[in-house]
Amino acid sequence: MPSKSSKSAGGSDSRFFTTQKKGEMHELRQELHSSDRSVKVDAVKKVIANMTVGKDVSMLFTDVLNCIQTDNIELKKLVYLYLINYAKSQPEKTLLAVNTFVKDANDPNPLIRALAVRTMGCIRVERITEYLCEPLSRSLRDEDPYVRKTAAVCVAKLYDIAPELVEDRGFLEILHDLISDANPSVVANGVAALSEIAETSGKDVMKISTSVLQKLLAALNECTEWGQVFILDSLSKYTPADAREAEGIIERVTPRLQHANSAVVMSAVKVVLNYMNMITAEDTIRTLTRKLAPPLVTLLNSEPETQYVALRNINLIVQKRPAILENEIKVFFAKYNDPIYVKMEKLEIIIKLASERNVEQVLLELKEYATEVDVDFVRKSVSAIGRCAIKLERAAERCISVLLELIHSKVNYVVQEAVVVIKDIFRRYPNKYESVIATLCENLETLDEPEAKASMIWIIGEYAERIDNADELLDSFLESFEEEDPSVQLSLLTATVKCFLKAPEQTQEMVQRVLDMATEESDNPDLRDRGFVYWRLLSTDPEAAKAVVLSERPVIEDDTSKLEPELLDTLIRQIATLSSIYHKPPELFVTRANIRASADTDEDEYAYEDENDVGAEDGGGGGGGGGPVDLLDMGGVDLNGGSNGVANGGDAGGDLFGLGGGGEGGGASVQKVQVCDGSSSGGVVVSVGFASANNSPSMEMDFVNNSATPITSLAVQFNKNAFSLSPANQAINFAAPIMPGSTGSFSLGLSINPAMAAPVQPGVPAPPTVQVAIKRLDNGSVFYFAANFELECIFTQSGALERSAFIATWKAIPDTNELYSTVQLSGSNIDVAIQKLAAKNVFFIARRPVPNAPDQEVVYVSCAGSNGTSFLAELTFKVGVNACKLCVKSENTSYSGLAKDAIERCLK
Amino acid sequence: MISMLYLMNARGDVVISRQYRDDVSQATTDSFRLKVLGAKEGGTSAPIRSIDSSTFVYCRHLNLYFVAVTRSNVNPSLVLEFLYQKIRVLQAYLGDSFTEDKVRNNFTLLYELFDETMDFGYPQNTSIDVLKLYINLGKQKARVVEDQASLTSQITGAIDWRREGIRHKRNEVYIDVLESVNLLLSQTGGILRQEVTGSVMMNTKLTGMPECKFGLNDKLSVEKDKNSSQAGKSGVSIDDCTFHRCVSLGRFDADRTITFIPPDGEFELMKYRVTENINLPFRVIAAIQEDGQTRVSINVKLSATFSEKLFASSVVLKIPVPENTARCKIKTTLGRAKYSPEDSAILFKLKRFQGQSESMLSADVTLMPTVNKTAWSRPPIGLDFSVPMFTASGVHVRFLKVFDKSGYTTNRWVRYITKSGDSYNIRI
Repeated sequence: MPSKSSKSAGGSDSRFFTTQKKGEMHELRQELHSSDRSVKVDAVKKVIANMTVGKDVSMLFTDVLNCIQTDNIELKKLVYLYLINYAKSQPEKTLLAVNTFVKDANDPNPLIRALAVRTMGCIRVERITEYLCEPLSRSLRDEDPYVRKTAAVCVAKLYDIAPELVEDRGFLEILHDLISDANPSVVANGVAALSEIAETSGKDVMKISTSVLQKLLAALNECTEWGQVFILDSLSKYTPADAREAEGIIERVTPRLQHANSAVVMSAVKVVLNYMNMITAEDTIRTLTRKLAPPLVTLLNSEPETQYVALRNINLIVQKRPAILENEIKVFFAKYNDPIYVKMEKLEIIIKLASERNVEQVLLELKEYATEVDVDFVRKSVSAIGRCAIKLERAAERCISVLLELIHSKVNYVVQEAVVVIKDIFRRYPNKYESVIATLCENLETLDEPEAKASMIWIIGEYAERIDNADELLDSFLESFEEEDPSVQLSLLTATVKCFLKAPEQTQEMVQRVLDMATEESDNPDLRDRGFVYWRLLSTDPEAAKAVVLSERPVIEDDTSKLEPELLDTLIRQIATLSSIYHKPPELFVTRANIRASADTDEDEYAYEDENDVGAEDGGGGGGGGGPVDLLDMGGVDLNGGSNGVANGGDAGGDLFGLGGGGEGGGASVQKVQVCDGSSSGGVVVSVGFASANNSPSMEMDFVNNSATPITSLAVQFNKNAFSLSPANQAINFAAPIMPGSTGSFSLGLSINPAMAAPVQPGVPAPPTVQVAIKRLDNGSVFYFAANFELECIFTQSGALERSAFIATWKAIPDTNELYSTVQLSGSNIDVAIQKLAAKNVFFIARRPVPNAPDQEVVYVSCAGSNGTSFLAELTFKVGVNACKLCVKSENTSYSGLAKDAIERCLK
Repeated sequence: MISMLYLMNARGDVVISRQYRDDVSQATTDSFRLKVLGAKEGGTSAPIRSIDSSTFVYCRHLNLYFVAVTRSNVNPSLVLEFLYQKIRVLQAYLGDSFTEDKVRNNFTLLYELFDETMDFGYPQNTSIDVLKLYINLGKQKARVVEDQASLTSQITGAIDWRREGIRHKRNEVYIDVLESVNLLLSQTGGILRQEVTGSVMMNTKLTGMPECKFGLNDKLSVEKDKNSSQAGKSGVSIDDCTFHRCVSLGRFDADRTITFIPPDGEFELMKYRVTENINLPFRVIAAIQEDGQTRVSINVKLSATFSEKLFASSVVLKIPVPENTARCKIKTTLGRAKYSPEDSAILFKLKRFQGQSESMLSADVTLMPTVNKTAWSRPPIGLDFSVPMFTASGVHVRFLKVFDKSGYTTNRWVRYITKSGDSYNIRI
């Protein structure tokens, strides 16, 4: 039958694509005006066909619009389709269609009424929305459920264009009433629309009360599968009052676990998991745990795409509630013909479920995978064996023997991967399995990947005293030292030093050679620095060197792809959303960009958009744990002063230098300017000032929360700017949330990041603004503002010039670069002025009386920006005058204007 | 929710697209083409990708990619299920293996379906039966207005899968119980994994709005009716089952009865999964030995364990051989076997294989010498088969009761068939 339909009259649309000749548009236009109805229908079809293949047929707008007055529903649908596509390009003319829409919204045929409402909502022309309200409010109360359900979605459409209109007209209340509608489809769409509005506005428009809850649960039994998903997803956002209510809801939801539609099952799982947190009764938890396992396993029998979604979610579930699937490890064994992306995910879960009970079976399985064809899968399987060893102490020996078997296969990438994980095993269980070193050493020549080489070298260095020819082995690597990857070079350097400390006699010459190569011939700063550190250590105090280089290392554990507890809790709440696929909280990848205005604006959106992109493949990457730790290889010495230092620039600076520095940096004394009045930021008013404490600049921010919801945390990002500034930490977490109506402040540490430099053309004044984007993590809204930066905040301590250098520089700078101004002061005391300047890193160079003018005195000062640009200034004071003349000179004229302003501010 | 939906062919041309929201632009189709199709990884990369802060969820039908684009934090299962359902709807309209040309030739129909099945990115009515009531381009009938009201209540109703007023001369129900067995045996013959997934397919031709009650010999429900005629026999323990949306899940949860008002025609009533007490229909014993670098000797015995009254059909045993195979000398006691270079395997075929019988295959494989020293990966032996009137799980239909106001009698036919699942493998 289907084939017949395509042959019968009107079924084959291919003929509409075929007209490609000249004058086609003209011909079409005439056909559109034809009085013969079938010619007209065909003409519209041709237009749509052209639209489908991407041709621009917008010039026929008026002609197509003429066909709108018809009682042929097929023709009407086509014309509406055309309108949706081209309305944006012809907003004026679209208004001509309004009459028809309004008329159609009153048609006796409910299908046409719904069609009109549906189409009107899709036409995103601001002017048309005014006309939409009337028919929409009627349709929301239409007697026909089909019209009502279409109208419900239309409210969400309207909210996207004109939220105020929806609120003013009371559509939200009507929508809320639809939850009690007799027809389940209407309820479903009402819930969907409300959920969306709640999400975009951040307001609780859903307002689930006990009676609403009962209605939702009742509708759950009657709705279509899609409706059930909408309802379950909105239930998952609701917090039950107590454990009893939670249990009650769970009871109504669990039958959904048996649904054929995987989306219904996933959403039901989400509700149950979220509500389980409320329940404390152990046997209830146990029952639910038992109930959740079978449906999750069943999902693995569906299409591979659905399996992938299920597996990514199960990955989270086994971390949160391992009990659910602890006995089901077999179902995660990869099938030979599973797509590779399914196999990879299964592997990840196998490792998570591996326990001492099932490890034998798991190892057999992993060994089997290690002989398969797909290289990535094989590598991951080999590294999985290592991860099992690290996780399960008692199985470590078995794991190692499997790895040795695999090494004997001599397959190049298997051997390399095995070496990498064996290194991790050594780090986990020091001095336990060195017997395998001999086997590893047999395979030195197969290693050609940096990671494997570095691992092998690490092993040689670590166990140098047990390998007879350790120095020879290292020596063989040294021949090609200069061509090696930096990670291998670093590893070689450390291993040689270790070797030397253990057996100084034989390796003296070698260590000298390596240190020479590292410090003199390499242009890699990491390598050079480490080389110098070792050199100095070895030359000053070999015992200290031993203590540092051969110190005990902390035992590692396998935390590959293990999530932080807070993140895990966030993600568990996001089960059955994209967030659970990417394992990232939604605010990191959902950017509500409005490309409504014009499609090409997304080219020049803020740079930070790109950084938020989420690579779907973050599958944890092969390798064992502890990679970055190895690079330092310095035992417990931690030079970074802890990661907190970075988190809060201002404070950390204070800790390190401990020199007080006076109250300059305190948030309160900074002059702040309101930069964001709340109109474009959903009611958040921001005032910003800049400060510098202990040579680290910071941005002092005051927030006034005029929005409806509390602000707990924000993400901040700068656009590239003339000062290379970027926030030291992108997250702003308030100690206490800023409740609606109240205020809060935050001191954002800034760092200089060359990658953030916006190039400034020489001679053109640098723009003083720093463009800032703020994202509210609670509702995902993003707003932007620009603040004028104050250059004195990045004046460095090294801005002082030698007198002679100052004079030379001053003379070298042409007079055309000079900028003058007069600064009003509170007094005429020169010493006070100099002190004020010094506090801001503007350094005093010299002062001298002006010849021929006995009541005047000149002061020379200098300062330097963080990029090294020096600014020289001459201040002329006159006795009894509360002002001075300022002259600023710099080689880099782009910034001298800003420097002049900065010095003026410093003087006040 | 879904912002845009499109169909793209393997070359990367958009066959047809429909934009539901304007937070994505048409240009996103290019990034999908470049990053996914261009990377030639259609089958291997994950079906959910984030490119330039848009998420692409896609699946394939033959050479057509069905792609959904979104910028929000959607429910990915919902999107995938919608895409599958969309494919099924198109299959119902255009034929099971519809092609790009078929889509192009029916673009007006496609647009209508795009509009009716989704609004503003939210899935709406996707029931094929009901869609066909009012979307039928090509054989458009003028409709009377009073029809419309009943039509819309049908579209939005609680029972949107069945329309009222269906009449059949003969009231019949065909039930097919299809089982597929997945098996994985280790080299030593130990069972690593075994699982039966069954599905109950129904084809109903019933008048009116009948309510049906269906029963399998599921352990839990059998135990419940212990006093009935089935007493003494213990049922099959079913691990898990899922149901067509016509089945009242509340009732099943409460007392394990399967009650429903069926759609008219063919549908899948339920799926189930069994992992215990499985009767494997075949036993395979394989000895494969690599003699040095150039020879492999293969001995395989295949025996059918089911009743001798039954016959298996299209049995194919796929025995892997190394890729550098030059020649195979094969002997079999029953059936035909030949070396298939494109599969790197010996295909051993038995058109009809009686229960309790067995067949042997022995082969001498000569290999071409190669410089490549990597060992042969020894992929598993695969087995394909289908055995009519046999269920590996032991499941059978206990009853199907049909209640309708008019009280007609119904004829019922039940068929069983067991097939190999997508992996019935023996490691060697």
